[in-house]
Amino acid sequence: MQLANIQGEKMEIAYYPGCTLKTNAKEFEESTIEAFKKLGIELKELNKWYCCGTVYSLATDNLMYRLAAIRNLIKVKEEGYDKVVTLCSICYNTLKQANLMAQQDEEAMYKINSFMDEEPDYHGEVEVLHPLEILKGMEEKIKENVVKPLNKKYAVYYGCLLLRPKEVAIDEYENPSVMEKLVEMLGGSVVNFPFKNECCGAYNVVSDREAVVERCYRIVGNARKNGADAIVTSCPLCHFNLSEMQKEIKKTDFVGLPIYYFSQLMVEAFGGRKCKEK
Amino acid sequence: MQRKMKMVRIYIMGKEYRVPEGLTIMKAMEYAGYRYIRGAGCRAGFCGACATVYRKEGDYKLYADLACQTTVEDGMYLVQLPFTPANKAIYDLEKIKADDKTLVNFYPEIARCVSCNTCTKACPQELDVMDYIQASLRGDIAKAAELSFDCIQCGLCALRCPAEIVHYHVAQLARRLYGKYLAPKAKHLEKRVKEIEEGKFDAELKKMMKKSIEELRKMYNARDIEPEEEMPTESD
Amino acid sequence: MDLLAKVEELSGENLYACYQCGKCSAGCPMVDQMDLLPNQVILYVIRNDESVVEAKTPWICAQCYQCGTRCPRNVDITKIMEALRLIKLRKNIDYLKIGKVKKNLPQIAVVSATRKYTG
Repeated sequence: MQLANIQGEKMEIAYYPGCTLKTNAKEFEESTIEAFKKLGIELKELNKWYCCGTVYSLATDNLMYRLAAIRNLIKVKEEGYDKVVTLCSICYNTLKQANLMAQQDEEAMYKINSFMDEEPDYHGEVEVLHPLEILKGMEEKIKENVVKPLNKKYAVYYGCLLLRPKEVAIDEYENPSVMEKLVEMLGGSVVNFPFKNECCGAYNVVSDREAVVERCYRIVGNARKNGADAIVTSCPLCHFNLSEMQKEIKKTDFVGLPIYYFSQLMVEAFGGRKCKEK
Repeated sequence: MQRKMKMVRIYIMGKEYRVPEGLTIMKAMEYAGYRYIRGAGCRAGFCGACATVYRKEGDYKLYADLACQTTVEDGMYLVQLPFTPANKAIYDLEKIKADDKTLVNFYPEIARCVSCNTCTKACPQELDVMDYIQASLRGDIAKAAELSFDCIQCGLCALRCPAEIVHYHVAQLARRLYGKYLAPKAKHLEKRVKEIEEGKFDAELKKMMKKSIEELRKMYNARDIEPEEEMPTESD
Repeated sequence: MDLLAKVEELSGENLYACYQCGKCSAGCPMVDQMDLLPNQVILYVIRNDESVVEAKTPWICAQCYQCGTRCPRNVDITKIMEALRLIKLRKNIDYLKIGKVKKNLPQIAVVSATRKYTG
């Protein structure tokens, strides 16, 4: 990727936060901004942005639910950027899928552009990036910045939406390794984790909390059995489901694990604030 | 000799009327013989009682405005909306907290916002309605309060919203929370209230109570008017 | 319009491509909670069995795309689940009363739930 080749000099990239990054996942936002600053990349929050609508709508005719994503991409363009980075896995997935539609489906975009007659037209000019994609090519720069290498074992948890559908995958969709490589660059070690790309139950937490408690038991339990000291993720909903639902597991054989965002590990290894032990 | 009035054609609930050019929608309806029992208030664009929607000939757009503030145009199809059915959350402001979940807890339907912007287009006050709903969703109470400050609660946003949100009630809660918990306190006000409570002005008030209306009127007209100044904030 | 045609229209998927290998159900992380396996759902739709619209499975589906990604016949079952949800939601029958959900859930969860469980 073009971005990754930029070494040394300072650069700026548009940042789309999403609602949860301003609430439950505030620490994800803060740590990513801090870590990227160390790497010479400034994440500039968009002046105007709207909830992406989370889960991408899949029906052939449901364009209404894609308006929000397209409107955000228009704002990126309007504010003078050609790339936007977003941290939350769901926001990433939704913006990226909507952008693919914008690039490929002329008829849909004709409808959307005519509906949003108060906005300039959009045809997929912006590139949607996840921070892990940017970090892929920055190995040296990352290693340079490590002053307090991590010394724990981590289970890396991608969940679904960074990898699927495969058209928007940030890495090899069945066996990704970008987050593992990052953890190792930061000095940590990575355990085998067969659940790494399995869903946490997502929004079932609203309607069927028990089902997500069950998922949490299996996912966290497996990470622990494989010797992990903590789980690393990139999704605020995975984070919530895997950390909060631990408290509701009644099985006596269960011992929990702390859940971190990958950016918190970066900040810790770069000499900043340490991740809370739980 | 009286100048002949120019007339325009309007359609009220589908029936054609000829009304003098230059009238507001409200006056045009009265000219046509309608009488307002509900759906009219201050007649000056402040109370929000006279929400109206209309279309113009040859234009697909559905316009939304206040009947007392909008002049009729030839070929206008219009109807009054005297009331917006809307649920208001019940809360005790003294007991609730102002955090990033308060608004979405009381009005979870704001999570249904699809960013279609129809509310903003419908707002006769030209507020960024969608933006304040979005701010509310992400828990930014201060921003929601600020963006909705000029809302007159006409209800047009709520009637046009495909997500069935009641924007103006959300905004009202945001402003109440902001006023009570988040806005910097006006210290001079607190001080003055305390002085009043301590009886600092009792003697003066008693003296005034004994005066005749005439004397009071004279005093009122001769009163000192403080120059307008910026409200002191917490940082001062 | 019969159920199969409706699902095909909404999902854009060819359900007849499915040869019932069951790989979707094998990989589904939520399958323990379901009353019909994902591959059975396809079978029901092909048979125009309307009872599938009342099944729990489409609502348990968390749209994780595992089934569609692994399908050897390229059937995106995720989209079929969405079509089945929409058949109810578009009749104004919500799966969940959004006003009744637990308070203080993260915004990301509440927004997702409104999109998938309310029309």
